[in-house]
Amino acid sequence: MLSLSVNGQSYPVDVPDDMPLLWVLRDVIGLTGTKFGCGIAQCGACTVHLDGQAVRSCVLPVGAIGQRAITTIEVIGNTPAGQKIQQAWLDVDVVQCGYCQSGQIMSAAALLARTPNPTDADIDTAMSGNICRCATYVRIRAAIKQAATGKAQVPQTMVSAPEGAAS
Amino acid sequence: MQAAANEQDAVDLRRRHALQAGGLAIAFLWLGGTGAASAMMSARRQPADTAAALADGNPPFAPNAFIRIDSSGPVRLVMPSVEMGQGIYTGCCMLLAEELGVGLDQITVEHSPPSDDLYGIPLLGGQITGGSTSTRGTWPVLREAGAVARSMLVSAAAVKWHVDPSTCTVERGVVHHQASGRSATFNQLADVAGRLPMPDKVSLTDPKDFKLIGKPMRRVDSPDKVKGATQFGIDVRVPGMKIATVMACPTFNGTLASVDDKAARKMPGVVDVLRLDNAVAVVGEHFWAALQGLNALVIEWNRGVNAHLTTQQLRDALADSARHGQGIMARNGGERPQGTVIQSEYQSPMLAHATMEPMNCTVHVTADQCEVWSGTQVPMRAAEVAAKITGLPETKIVFHNQYLGGGFGRRLETDWVEQAVALGKQVSYPLKVVWTREEDIRHDRMRPMYHDVVSAVLDADGRPLWYGYRTSGGSVLARFAPGAMGKDGMDSDAVECVAELPYDIPRGSVEWIRHDMPPGIVVGWWRGVGPTHNLFVVESFIDELAHHAGKDPFEYRRALLQKNPRALGVLNLAAEKIGWGGQSLPPRVGRGVALGEPFGSHVCAIVEAEVTPQGEVRLRKAVVAIDCGITVNPGSVEAQLQGGLLFGLSAALYNGLTIKDGAVEQSNFNNYRSLRINEAPNVQVYRVINAEAPGGIGEVGTAIAAPALANAIFAATGVRLYQLPVDRDRLVQNPDALKSVVSTARHEGRDIA
Amino acid sequence: MIRFLIVVVVIVLLGVGAYLYLNRADHSDGTSPALAGAPASAAVLARGEYLTRAADCAACHTVPGSGKNYAGGVAFRLPFGTIYSSNITADETNGIGSWTDDEFVHALHDGIGKHGEHLYPAFPYTSYTALSRADVLAIKAYLFSLPKISQPNRRNDLSFPYNQRWTLGFWNAAFFKNRRFQPDASQSSQWNSGKYLATALGHCDECHTPRNVAFAMDHAQELSGEMLQGWHAYNITSDPVHGIGAWSDSDIASYLTTGHANGRGSASGPMAEAVENSLRFLQPADTGALITYLRSVPARAGKDPITVDTKPAPTLASSATAPAGDAHADTAGFKLFEGACASCHQWNGKGQQTPYASLLGTRGVNDVHGINVTQILLQGSSLRGENADVFMPRFGDAYSNTEIAALANYVIAHFGNKQGTVTPDDVAERRKQL
Ligand code: FES
Ligand code: FES
Repeated sequence: MLSLSVNGQSYPVDVPDDMPLLWVLRDVIGLTGTKFGCGIAQCGACTVHLDGQAVRSCVLPVGAIGQRAITTIEVIGNTPAGQKIQQAWLDVDVVQCGYCQSGQIMSAAALLARTPNPTDADIDTAMSGNICRCATYVRIRAAIKQAATGKAQVPQTMVSAPEGAAS
Repeated sequence: MQAAANEQDAVDLRRRHALQAGGLAIAFLWLGGTGAASAMMSARRQPADTAAALADGNPPFAPNAFIRIDSSGPVRLVMPSVEMGQGIYTGCCMLLAEELGVGLDQITVEHSPPSDDLYGIPLLGGQITGGSTSTRGTWPVLREAGAVARSMLVSAAAVKWHVDPSTCTVERGVVHHQASGRSATFNQLADVAGRLPMPDKVSLTDPKDFKLIGKPMRRVDSPDKVKGATQFGIDVRVPGMKIATVMACPTFNGTLASVDDKAARKMPGVVDVLRLDNAVAVVGEHFWAALQGLNALVIEWNRGVNAHLTTQQLRDALADSARHGQGIMARNGGERPQGTVIQSEYQSPMLAHATMEPMNCTVHVTADQCEVWSGTQVPMRAAEVAAKITGLPETKIVFHNQYLGGGFGRRLETDWVEQAVALGKQVSYPLKVVWTREEDIRHDRMRPMYHDVVSAVLDADGRPLWYGYRTSGGSVLARFAPGAMGKDGMDSDAVECVAELPYDIPRGSVEWIRHDMPPGIVVGWWRGVGPTHNLFVVESFIDELAHHAGKDPFEYRRALLQKNPRALGVLNLAAEKIGWGGQSLPPRVGRGVALGEPFGSHVCAIVEAEVTPQGEVRLRKAVVAIDCGITVNPGSVEAQLQGGLLFGLSAALYNGLTIKDGAVEQSNFNNYRSLRINEAPNVQVYRVINAEAPGGIGEVGTAIAAPALANAIFAATGVRLYQLPVDRDRLVQNPDALKSVVSTARHEGRDIA
Repeated sequence: MIRFLIVVVVIVLLGVGAYLYLNRADHSDGTSPALAGAPASAAVLARGEYLTRAADCAACHTVPGSGKNYAGGVAFRLPFGTIYSSNITADETNGIGSWTDDEFVHALHDGIGKHGEHLYPAFPYTSYTALSRADVLAIKAYLFSLPKISQPNRRNDLSFPYNQRWTLGFWNAAFFKNRRFQPDASQSSQWNSGKYLATALGHCDECHTPRNVAFAMDHAQELSGEMLQGWHAYNITSDPVHGIGAWSDSDIASYLTTGHANGRGSASGPMAEAVENSLRFLQPADTGALITYLRSVPARAGKDPITVDTKPAPTLASSATAPAGDAHADTAGFKLFEGACASCHQWNGKGQQTPYASLLGTRGVNDVHGINVTQILLQGSSLRGENADVFMPRFGDAYSNTEIAALANYVIAHFGNKQGTVTPDDVAERRKQL
């Protein structure tokens, strides 16, 4: 029986060591914010943080995690970087279908936490592993800049529905 | 408002002489089944009020299928369309909320249950989301629906207070009576309002007083999506549920011969191995167990009649049709005049949708009921197939639609729902079937391939006097809705955007040559449908003609658009914004223009690309000018054009499904590439602002992308691309470039937003 | 005239004599040194299974993923055509079910098939000749205990004169030494076991020893590295710079049993298969013996020696998540790495999610020709072991030659700190070898 530390809570899980974290999160623990897109570390939809670093959970065997802290999209808003990123995502209205966005936000939050003032090149480097089929890339760039600088990059959207209004 | 709706019809009829939503829309009109008139949403709860009441759970106030107001809590808005990223939930909410008099922060949003009667989209005649029709189709009805509700709530207040309704005002979900200082919330009024008769006539807000419509409103689904709280189909969890993953026969129309599941069944977490005629599924406690089990199966397939099929065979046969086949006339514009003839042939590949969320469906089949959870663009159809497969009456199908992790036309199909129900029927527990990405790409319902022969007769100035177009491809419409094919067998989607050109070309002949794919190759709608390939061909060809005439491609188009002010408007706007002709570009950098009128909108894209000596293409920037008439949410228009254009560029650069030994060769993002952020240029969107009826936007950017890119590549290299995806080998400057170590030149020139 | 005829006859006789002399067979049964995994006391099937794995019969006789163990059909593309391995299950019609013990021994010891035909040396009888008869028969017993699979053999596709099997007699005469394993009394028993594993059973030298123009192993250059099927089988002599002399015992042991050694690299291509099907099943004592033997192989630089830069400046300057010190930043190769590769390999080369993804210190990224890097990019890599199911997707289908070359050169520059020389034409050439 493994014990995983997810979002500050410890979860005993009875799964094979080579099972990727993604499926433990989604199908065993029940945290479905982390998404499955490719299973081969090519799309980034499954990105979570391991001790603050963005990793692809679809190819991360749970047996290799040990006590390292796993953070998922569900609580990333509790970190200063995550909070800023999510807010900028709202202000710029990045999401379309939204399916890739958990992963995008996790990658962006990790970037912002280590590089508070990312250059364009930093943004590309941190975000190129995350595919968005809706191709929200233009706004992703704008939102990261906005989160970093606090300055509006593009015309802002007007606040509409609160959280939970459309779940 | 009535006037606006009529005007929209008038515009449509004037412009295209036919129903304007194109092939897809016509397909659904036909699908309506109960008849176009009844299969349509209404601002008042009819038709079938009792059924409507049942469907919405009969809250105290529900004047129509879209608005539900309880005695407490937020106003509930029910969405006729499905949300797959296009922002339609926000658009619909804005229309409803504007007239109802609530803020978008005072509502919650609900998926609609399957019902053509209550949620049929007027342009489609059924509860369908596709063809960039949602805003165009729902615009008048939803506003009226909001106004009806408001009028009843105001009446309720007026009745309570014994005042004249016209002396009441509405503000953010509260009815006020200024003179007496009284006010009541919608919640407080719901009960009374629910017992009032429906008003016959309502007045709509004057556009100049709009508080929401026309403003860049944030999407209503954003807050949950940025927190990972949105439930997509793949996230559904039902008590007792097991998870399966599937492998279908890799060859089209092949079947399952045998499967040895001994090893799989022994694996920890594997629950069951299920068989269908053409597929095997392994059920597990979790997806990983199912996948491990699937990998441990030893499967024998009957590879069937297509066992040796290759892409080249399909392509050759298609080319033959396009050149020699008997066509059906979509436009017969008179004799071909004398003059210089230019002719080219273009090919477009099969494409996968590769929605970010792989296909999935959860089902629970019991003796007397079948519950289904899945994200679909066609809830009614999904419910119907579930009924058919289980043998249960449709009333026993409980369908829960979900947020879609991308649609792009893939989720207009129901194949995976059918498969999941067929599997779910075999077990007693609820079953979630999740496809791997590999399965998702190999068993996509692919965009058909096309072969088009295009020609023109030019006058002495190089101006076209006549154009000819012969397009050949598999017909999506013919399978999807055979009854929607023209009487003469015409597939209107196949010739959309080419039967009518924006340009002033006096005569022309457009023919479609039907060419069916071998059995088992099922072709489907793909974002941009017919226009996507036709615009690639036509707009590449116009560039060829400009080149032939020795004219600048922008000027050449301009001269041909003098009678089409809206098209000319977007052309000029795009050219101005990118600074067309303003400065000279570095070597092997070029700009390409493409213009079109897909989905009732007018669009011009200009792409700037660089081609390295070794043939690699780098996108430097892109500008899109759009005239889509009245805009509900300008934020959505911009987002859809940015995303749509990049989606189209991604496909044009990289994508094409190929077939070997009867099976699709591509499988995942390593071999079916998707544009990444470091390859994506900034896309600037500019709107022509006017009060014309709204046009579609969801597919417009995609449809216009490829020709703009191909023309940019031509401008950069002088190489004309007659085939997609971009064949980078053809763009190599000279063979020596391939003998040298790849250049380490820096990549410059991309704008960052 | 008569004199002339006599001369001709004498020459022919001398030729025949030489042919026969050179082709003389060692008819002894031979003995094998002790193997921890196959003690003489063990049951023959258990011994057979261990030996079959150690000899990696599956590598050539099982199409990966087909589920048809030992049914043959694996293609070997050689410069003069394609050879398909045969069905070695006990199926009477298609396999070797009707073979007698002697016939089976004849094949392994002498390279002669059931019907007296010469076998192509793609089948490593040149190594198996050293196996003891008892070991050969244990292998046979094990193969015969497995399910019969009635898969017909596929005809080889060879051009003339390579399709003339009799010519192999001359090849054998020139290059094949038919001889059982000769223990070296001056060496430890461990060394002898290791040599038996390396040269006879595991046939390391079939891949790692350079070959001459006639495709025969050049034993003077034993294990100093060779190209095969488009891959570079690295120098595994004790050379500390170009071979594995600097590797610790545990590095080598880890590589052999898991396919990965920290800071040294991960097995891919044919070596990954060898680990997956064969080496990981060796008992630790036998792995140790193999290492002892490898350590004794004289150091040689080999041709095209690779020098690993253990402290490549750009890699060391980078963090896990951000590149630095990169003269090549923002090139095409950089951008490709950024998109498709960095999330597993990381900029500091440490690898993420799995240690197998680490690139720092590997020979692949230090080879300026980028041979294996190109192959891995084109074909991907996979290695399944007890605790590892490691894979990298193939990129060859959607990425152009230019892109693969750019990416290979970037990887060589960043992780090997060298100027890679891969051109798009090289990649085109290497694709043909797939
Ligand atoms: S699902 Fe993990 S990277 Fe795509
Ligand atoms: S928002 Fe749809 S995939 Fe990114």
